[in-house]
This record gives sequence, C-alpha cells and structure tokens, in this order.
Amino acid sequence: MQLKAENISFRYTDDGPFVLKDITLEVNSGERVGIVAPSGYGKSTLAKILSGYRLPEEGKVLLDGKPLPMTGYCPVQMVYQHPEQAVNPRHRMDKILNEAWQPDDELLRKMGIEKSWLTRWPSELSGGELQRFCIARVLGPETKFLICDEITTMLDVITQAQIWHLLMEISEERNLGMMIITHNMSLAKRVCTRIVDLTKLNNVHSHTHTHIHDHEHGDEDHVH
Amino acid sequence: MSEEKKTVLNVEDLTVAFNMYQKGAFKKTDLEVIHKLSIDVKEGEIVAVVGSSGSGKSLLAHSILHILPKNAKVGGKIEYCGKELDDKYVKELLGRDIAFIPQSVDYLDPLMHVDKQVIGVYGNKERQREVFDRYHLDERVDTLYPFQLSGGMARRVLISSAVMEEPKLIIADEPTPGLNVEMAMETLNNFRELADKGTAVLMITHDIDLAFEVADRIAVFYAGTVVEIASTLDFIMGRGFLRHPYSAAFVDALPQKKFKPIEGTQPYAGNLPSGCLFADRCPYRDDECAGEIPMRDLRGGKVRCVHAT
Repeated sequence: MQLKAENISFRYTDDGPFVLKDITLEVNSGERVGIVAPSGYGKSTLAKILSGYRLPEEGKVLLDGKPLPMTGYCPVQMVYQHPEQAVNPRHRMDKILNEAWQPDDELLRKMGIEKSWLTRWPSELSGGELQRFCIARVLGPETKFLICDEITTMLDVITQAQIWHLLMEISEERNLGMMIITHNMSLAKRVCTRIVDLTKLNNVHSHTHTHIHDHEHGDEDHVH
Repeated sequence: MSEEKKTVLNVEDLTVAFNMYQKGAFKKTDLEVIHKLSIDVKEGEIVAVVGSSGSGKSLLAHSILHILPKNAKVGGKIEYCGKELDDKYVKELLGRDIAFIPQSVDYLDPLMHVDKQVIGVYGNKERQREVFDRYHLDERVDTLYPFQLSGGMARRVLISSAVMEEPKLIIADEPTPGLNVEMAMETLNNFRELADKGTAVLMITHDIDLAFEVADRIAVFYAGTVVEIASTLDFIMGRGFLRHPYSAAFVDALPQKKFKPIEGTQPYAGNLPSGCLFADRCPYRDDECAGEIPMRDLRGGKVRCVHAT
C-alpha cells in the first residue's frame, strides 16, 4: 500500500502565512520514513494532515489512490509526543487501551505492558509506560500506516531504545508503513529506512525567508 | 588543586513523599518518591541530571524551589551558599539570584504578552530585546501571547527569562526539547558563558549529547535517587569508566552508541524493593544487594552500588 501526500498546502488562518506549501511525499508499506526539520517547519502539521486530523487547504492525502475514510477505523493512525495529553485522565488504563480494539495478551507482553498497570489511572504511570499504551492502542489489525510525532522525545534513552526496537519489529512483521518525525538525527539513522528533509520539500520557506527562525508566527506546535 | 570553589547549591539526604490515597484504600498513606538524594553544584559548574523518566528529576527542581504540591512532605537539607533555603528565602532570591527554566511551556502566563513576562519585576525593555535577539525572537514576537508561539519559540522565551540577569544559580528543567540543534547549542553555550562567570547550573536533560558538550559533571537518577555522579569525561569515555550498572546501560541505549536497551522498567514508587532499586534489572545482583545501599566515593565520583569498582 501507499500513503501519499499530493501537493499539500496548509495554513492556520485564511490570510495567514502558509505552513506547508506544495508538499508531495509518499510512504510505502514496510518503509520507515524519517522526517527531519527544525522546529516550526510544519512537521507536526504534516503529521496531522496525513492521519486525517486536519484537512489541507489544497492538495490531497491518498491511500492507494483513494482519499482517507472519514468514518470508521482510519488505517492511518498517529502517536503523539506527549502521551499524558493523549489519554483521558478519567479513564483507567484498560479502558484507554481498548478504545479502538482489543489488543491480546501476546501484544501486551511484547509491548512490556504489565497486567497490574491496567487498573491504574494515567497519572500513576510514567511517560514511557503511558506511551506503550498509546502505541498498543493504535496497532489494531486495520492499521496500515503509523505516524509517529516525536514519540520518544520525552522518554529516557533506555525506554526509547525499547520502544523503537519493538516498533521496528512490529512494522516488519506486519509490513506497516511508518512516518517518523524526530529532531534526533542519530535516532533517525537507527530506525528509518529513508530520511526526508522537510526544509527541502517545503516550498514555503525557501524563497521568502533566509533565516530559519523567522517564519514561526502562527505555526504548528502551539503551546499546549 | 587551586582555590576551592564555593558550593552554591547543596542538597543532602532529600526525601520527598506524597500523602495520597493508594488504590483501594480509604486512608491516605505516604508515597515516597525521592529517597535520600544528595547532590551539590559549585560555583562556575554545570551539573547535568540525566536518568529514566519518572525518576524524580523534576521533583528535585521543584523541591529546591518550594513549588511542590501541598500534599508533599519534604525531608533532608537544601542549602544555598551555605544557608538553608527555606520557602521565604527562595522567594527573595527567585528572579534575581536564582533562575528557573520550567519543563513545561504551560508556565507562561496565557494572558500576558511575552515581552512583559520576560521583563518581569527586575528587568528592562532594552535587556529583553538584547536577549530575544540572541535567541532569534524578532520584534513581532514581543507582543504575542503564549498560544501564538510554536513549541520551540515558547521554549526560547522561557530561556530568555532566565538569562535576563546574571543569576548565581540556574535550575533548568529540560531546557532544550523542541529546539533545533543550533538553538539548543546556543542555549547551552549561553549557560557555559554564565558558568564561566561564576553561575552554578543544575540542568535536567534527556539530551545526553548536549550534556556531554557543556556539563562538568553528570548525575544519573533512577527510581527517585542518584545512582552515580561522575565527571562528564567518564561518560564520554564509555561504560568501562562508569561505576553503576544503570549508567552503563543508559550509555549503551543511546542511538549514537549501541542503541541496545536492557529489559524491564523502573519500579513504581509504591512498590519499591528493599535494597538496591536497580537489582531486578541488574546482571551483577547477589544477596548483598538486598541490604541498605549507601552512596560512596569511588574514583573521583560517587556511586550507590556495593559491587562497583
């Protein structure tokens, strides 16, 4: 399968500056594509568009030539940077885990999720433990592409290595396609099969701004 | 040895517990999250704090600044330049002698232009512009509200507010995520400059590469305590020079090194083993590890392990 962004342009307000302009990018099943760019270049915006959380102003997101489904289980799933903000604080972990599908014991064992965690509240788990739930939650059988937006940035290096080894194994086993957003070049080199520099793809900055920090008015990573 | 450097921050046997409801119980009990933690930062020195997520790194910063939640019980000693740093004293010093860079950008006031926040009580407009220029925040940024900033910009605003004056102590809790490498380096160079003028910096970070670049010493946290403090050089030299098996595992897991994780997870604060906190993941564990493990001096550093050599 192929997930394709075709001439995507996006801005947050009708007359604001473009955050993404004419982006074309493909991710094939089995590929792990790294997206690197400095902060403010629209990486997270691109992630949200590719997983269907935002609609582009121009251009299309195509899954094997067809638009993403607007109802039902989306085959393109996203994992966020801050797991504590991606779970409902008033749900216990078992409810969070089973939101979209019922992961089996085998997957939980592989993900390093302990049975005793299932009855806890999100605030009783560390970031690394929570992130395991957020990943297991989106690995339903219908998931074909996984968009990872800085998913281990807030985690310690041992947990980071654990999670990536696991994800690489799962992506190979299930022939998942992955888009991996990261600042960490050494990590990208370790986990990606291909690395794309968004600054080279994105036509919004190259001729209007010479300095990389100048365009950030109203861009993607809003303070949460 | 030349002149003895003055100790700016001294933390001894710090213990933090939260009085809270445990699962299923109707009575509040104490959940100890930091156990007998000792660390010091000298004048002109950058000490980096690294370690597993949820090991109490931010809690250390919050204990020093007295901004822990109300149900926290704090034991042990925290001193600033030899004087006990109590609630009142820290309020006097904060913003001038002590600067804090919080981990979350939520610490900005959502209803105030960022230039006013950075100027604060003691700063002035001129200095604020100078600092913003250094961090590539142009004049348009001055009158933005925090929600209009990108993650990286908000981070730079937080850093700016800490370097407005020349503080004697900077406590930085993850100052660099969201910044590109150049900007992160610029921040750390700024810390280094301040340190070379005598500022003591306690920097909590996940970015070990950056810690390697500027820190003088590195403290490794695990499950609420310090397992090793050693010179940055020992960490750069690699696992053979480190003292604690967790530090070695930490270095092995770096993507730029072996990218090889050890199994298991850090124990939960409510369910800690009696002896060494790392024992269940440690390849060298034996009966001795079940007893009390004190911090001891070893090869110019400190380690909390009975087997370290």
